Amino acid sequence: MSYLLTSALLFALGVYGVLTRRTAILVFLSIELMLNAANLSLVGFARAYGLDGQVAALMVIAVAAAEVAVGLGLIVAIFRHRESTAVDDLSELRG
Amino acid sequence: MALLGTILLPLLVFALLGLFGKRMREPLPGVLASGLVLASFLLGAGLLLSGGARFQAEWLPGIPFSLLLDNLSGFMLLIVTGVGFLIHVYAIGYMGGDPGYSRFFAYFNLFIAMMLTLVLADSYPVMFIGWEGVGLASFLLIGFWYKRPTAIFANLKAFLVNRVGDFGFLLGICGVVYFAGTLDYAQAFSQVNGISQAVIELIPTFTVFGHTFVAWEVSAVTFIAICLFIGAMGKSAQVPLHVWLPDSMEGPTPISALIHAATMVTAGIFMVARMSPIFELSPTALHFVLFIGATTALFTGLIGIIQNDVKRVVAYSTLSQLGYMTVALGVSAYSAAVFHLMTHAFFKALLFLAAGSVIIGMHHEQDMRKMGGLKKYMPITYWTSLIGTLALVGTPFFSGFYSKDTIIEAAAHAAHGGHWINTYADWAVMLGVFVTSFYSFRLLYLTFHGKERFETHSDESHHAESHEIHGNEAHPAHDNNAHDAHHGHGGLPHESPWVVTVPLILLAIPSIFIGYFTIGPMLFGGFFTGAIEVLPQNDVIKVLGEEFHGPFAFTLHGMQMPAFWLALSGFALATYIYLFNIRVAERAQKIFALPIRILENKYGFDDLWVKGFAGGSIALGGKAWKYIDAGLIDGVMVNGTANLVGRIARGIRGTQTGRLTTYAFAMIVGLIAMLAIATHLFAE
Repeated sequence: MSYLLTSALLFALGVYGVLTRRTAILVFLSIELMLNAANLSLVGFARAYGLDGQVAALMVIAVAAAEVAVGLGLIVAIFRHRESTAVDDLSELRG
Repeated sequence: MALLGTILLPLLVFALLGLFGKRMREPLPGVLASGLVLASFLLGAGLLLSGGARFQAEWLPGIPFSLLLDNLSGFMLLIVTGVGFLIHVYAIGYMGGDPGYSRFFAYFNLFIAMMLTLVLADSYPVMFIGWEGVGLASFLLIGFWYKRPTAIFANLKAFLVNRVGDFGFLLGICGVVYFAGTLDYAQAFSQVNGISQAVIELIPTFTVFGHTFVAWEVSAVTFIAICLFIGAMGKSAQVPLHVWLPDSMEGPTPISALIHAATMVTAGIFMVARMSPIFELSPTALHFVLFIGATTALFTGLIGIIQNDVKRVVAYSTLSQLGYMTVALGVSAYSAAVFHLMTHAFFKALLFLAAGSVIIGMHHEQDMRKMGGLKKYMPITYWTSLIGTLALVGTPFFSGFYSKDTIIEAAAHAAHGGHWINTYADWAVMLGVFVTSFYSFRLLYLTFHGKERFETHSDESHHAESHEIHGNEAHPAHDNNAHDAHHGHGGLPHESPWVVTVPLILLAIPSIFIGYFTIGPMLFGGFFTGAIEVLPQNDVIKVLGEEFHGPFAFTLHGMQMPAFWLALSGFALATYIYLFNIRVAERAQKIFALPIRILENKYGFDDLWVKGFAGGSIALGGKAWKYIDAGLIDGVMVNGTANLVGRIARGIRGTQTGRLTTYAFAMIVGLIAMLAIATHLFAE
């Protein structure tokens, strides 16, 4: 039970970070936080129901690594282009 | 196959001249065209003498292409190609120097080909091809001088008015297909007896406010016959679809002579004669035909009295004569109608060509008020015109007398104890004789007799020169024609060249003799038996035939009838007024101011069609464009859809802030909402 509570807490923190942080790096970190919250719950479930959850967690880690590579690359590119990583400035897609 | 050849020969000329005409030197297109029309005439004559011919082929599955040359159609073929040949020869001279010389002959031969298709047709679709084809040729030729706005107006008018008639004709054909189930003449005629009981509900029974209106029913045969006749009314210019014919005089004079006097306008008459087995079964339709014909015969003749343009007088005379033919159809004297059609073709073509000759001689003046005394300058034209006029008014021993007198006698016979329409028709044709005689002699006197009213301000050398080149006379219409400017309206009138006068003479001969020699065999000798069917109780020609003892006795008898004396009094009145005492005409103009106004307005038919129907359609179209097209379709439907989408988009574009946090927030809220719903749904 405490696994899940910890996991929910972490996830909520991640959500809060995504919604409030201005810097792309911190938004990105918050997303990682959410991913790891999910991992934690998966591992927690694995304790009760077998190893499938751990496998899923490994999978998430692999995907997250790839995502980090792409995401950081994007952030570097944006910074080079605009001298800033503030997400609020990135509003070219406004309707 | 030879039968098909009569049509293909002129069609070949049409194709040749249409494709290569521009490269041909001047008389060649005319000679080629005339030559092949003559060939077509000879071929047709040969086939007729050998006892008729038939051509059959399948055109589309179930739709035959069949041609038939029997006495009726062969006879028409000879008129079309025979008179057509003479007018072609005339046109070689008349059209000389025209920039559209080969185009003229191309159209002209297209007309001949289409007219032959119409005449020789043995099934409805084939006749319809010819019917529309002659309409097209007529349209092209009325607008031959396409730079003249009046010519364009006239050809459009002719085409549109004919379209009204053609629609009726097409409806009639549809009726035949629907009720008889065949497109073939012979089969349709044999089946039409069986459908005499069938009725069509034009308006079905309906109830409004508790009041029941009983259905308006007509018998199928009446419906078919009247629809077909509406087609004939358009083509043969019967009231109220006659308005296009006087305006068609905008075309070159040979066209007026051949198409708008001798042949095409008689297509309607011919068609009704062809369809006689259908018309015979419907007394109502015959009364309708009779009423229209009688009205046309009398009232269009009256308009002719006040016209001042030479060609227009002859045009109204044509209308009136077509009315006579229609009257003959209405009293079931089909062969008399066709007989009058033939004599009329000769003398009316003659009168038109003579009018054309006068126009050439007067250097393109058409107003009779500026003529007079031309007899001295144009003797051949004068004498041939006189013959044409005498034939037209029905002078004994001239061709017109026999055909017209037969029609009058037939109408009189039908009037005995008949319907009121028969009596009306009898009076109309009777009075029409007086009117015909009056306007014909008025035309003759104003043109050829009396004071010379034209202006001459040219020296003799110019005159001589104009004589030399008049072989290449051009018509006025080719605007900025140098020749015309050079000619002006000066110069004394002169006789026309031989290509013009020889056809006049050749037409004058049958105008005199053909009636006397053919009335016996054609009308009373059963020439058309098999082609024209008349019910025994309607057969006025047979009754007249019993009293017929040779053309000479017929002539003597006719001279004792009122029609002859009416013609004579018309002649006398015209002679008195226009030859001896022209003042009377001026005084009459004041006394009869109101009727003359009515006649000048042509009873308002022109206004009705041009301003009423055409103007109304244009106004309706304008309003429809403004409100339905621009307003409803463009405004509401096309642009309206786009506007609606735009407006919705403008409303919701505010949600697209472009800020990452907004989207993330929406995603999370959405996710929570979905999870809440999912847990709620799958709670069990």
